[in-house]
Amino acid sequence: MSAVTVRKNVAVAADGYVVVQHRHPARWVAALLVAALFGLLLYSMATNPRFGWDQVALYFRDTTIIDGIGITLGLTAVCMVVGAALGVVLAVMRLSVNPLVRAAASGYVGFFRGTPVLVQLLFWFNLAALYPDITFGIPGLHLDANSLITPMLAAVLGLGLNEAAYMSEIVRAGIVSVDDGQSEASAALGLTRMQTMLKVTLPQAMRVIIPPTGNEVIGMLKTTSLVSVIAVPELLYSSQIIYSKNFQVIPLLLVASIWYIIITTIFGMGQYYLERHFARGSHRNLPPSTLAKVLILLRTHAPLAVRKAPMQ
Amino acid sequence: MNTMEKPHVAADPAKNQAMVRAVGVRKSYGSNEVLKGIDLEVQPGEVVCLIGASGSGKSTFLRCINHLEKINGGRLWIEDQMVGYTVKGHKLHEKTHAEICRERANTGMVFQHFNLFPHLTVIENLLLAPKMALGQSPEQSRPRAISLLEQVGLADKVNAYPRHLSGGQQQRVAIARALCMQPKLMLFDEPTSALDPELVGDVLAVMRQLAASGMTMIVVTHEMGFARDVADRVVFMHGGRIIEQGPPSEVLGNPQHERTRAFLASVR
Repeated sequence: MSAVTVRKNVAVAADGYVVVQHRHPARWVAALLVAALFGLLLYSMATNPRFGWDQVALYFRDTTIIDGIGITLGLTAVCMVVGAALGVVLAVMRLSVNPLVRAAASGYVGFFRGTPVLVQLLFWFNLAALYPDITFGIPGLHLDANSLITPMLAAVLGLGLNEAAYMSEIVRAGIVSVDDGQSEASAALGLTRMQTMLKVTLPQAMRVIIPPTGNEVIGMLKTTSLVSVIAVPELLYSSQIIYSKNFQVIPLLLVASIWYIIITTIFGMGQYYLERHFARGSHRNLPPSTLAKVLILLRTHAPLAVRKAPMQ
Repeated sequence: MNTMEKPHVAADPAKNQAMVRAVGVRKSYGSNEVLKGIDLEVQPGEVVCLIGASGSGKSTFLRCINHLEKINGGRLWIEDQMVGYTVKGHKLHEKTHAEICRERANTGMVFQHFNLFPHLTVIENLLLAPKMALGQSPEQSRPRAISLLEQVGLADKVNAYPRHLSGGQQQRVAIARALCMQPKLMLFDEPTSALDPELVGDVLAVMRQLAASGMTMIVVTHEMGFARDVADRVVFMHGGRIIEQGPPSEVLGNPQHERTRAFLASVR
């Protein structure tokens, strides 16, 4: 059998023989099972009035909800920027030759990874109980902690500083993943350590750093819901404000959940294209774009392939 | 012999300025002494091949020359500059990182595993160091980079990523990248050891061409044919010491030392 013409699941060899491909009945059973369960779920969602879809539709674009989304997105962005910036600093500190600098960074990571972020948020929120008068040791500087630490600042400090601990580990893993020969070649060409880090090491480390950072962003988006406990009116707290008045608990939780899913899905797409960008030069062929993937899937997995007469 | 045809071999004795001068260079890793006192002078325009078994210290010595390794004893000079240190009175002051970087920019180095920057295209690989270390704008250094790529036979790969090139092509880009800094001295650390046999020839051809142009070269190599044809001097190292050195016809053709004979018998 030399040249084989493949058409759907029937192939014809060059010598005229018809090659019938193997059938997969178990795959059909599994597919039907999943489809049946999904159908049941849809039926229940459509017929159970307690889902309150009319209420969901009513409040879906409520101004309180939209404002909440704004705060959720803003908080996610600010906390990730704080976390990433501080994370890079901590990662470089952990790779320092100075043992005390290394220990300080490890201690920071150990502390912030070792305590629940909810506890940290409550600590920052109640900072006034610990330091009523903030002076930073500067004579003449007296800041009233009660008015300085707003719920929003407590949220940024709690989530941002906690995120820095995780980001530093991600950045460190990225940096050490780059082959030593790279910084050596860069040094031999006369680049300084800083230039080497910025132009040679970090751009290559990005390939390792981006995927887990995307997960961190999505994680952060959801973690911002924790700050509802310190009365920051983000997405979850905004829905809570509404259902505390009209008692439509489930519909409003659904509104919040649907929005979270929409935003995380958009973030996921962004992450995919960012990964493609930083993978340049490292793959012989870039991974296919989403559209191309769908087309490939349809071409190779077509479950309802129609058998056609073999072509000659 | 090819060496006879080369006009640049005799260094001007009036100048008497060696390109590289090593006096009693020692290097240890912990208690393991890798270099046990290396004395070597390389004249401008000279091509010196360092040969010897792995572990003999030849790569380490090469890396000491541009201060990728700090030496533990002895002195090293490139022209009139001491490598890594400044003498003030009776003290050796470590040079600052910026000074070391500035001096490294004058020495090109080619590695066994090429170490091209995989996230940059071929031309970007060539232009990065001139921009960062010499402050030359890409417009300024680009014509030079293009002509170097033509010389190594890769003018059509300007915008390719290293990953898309064969090993031999990558190594030729690495040579062009080092030359784009317009170095006075080129160090080659086993430049053909990681290549498939059929790709070695192209890289050696580029190195021959470079030697013929008068570049001072120190080459750690296992290519005895290259050493025989191109080197002005072959230096045999064993156990962190120089055992024997001289013109290739003598060291390779009529080795005096028993260890040199044993090594040459093993590589043939």
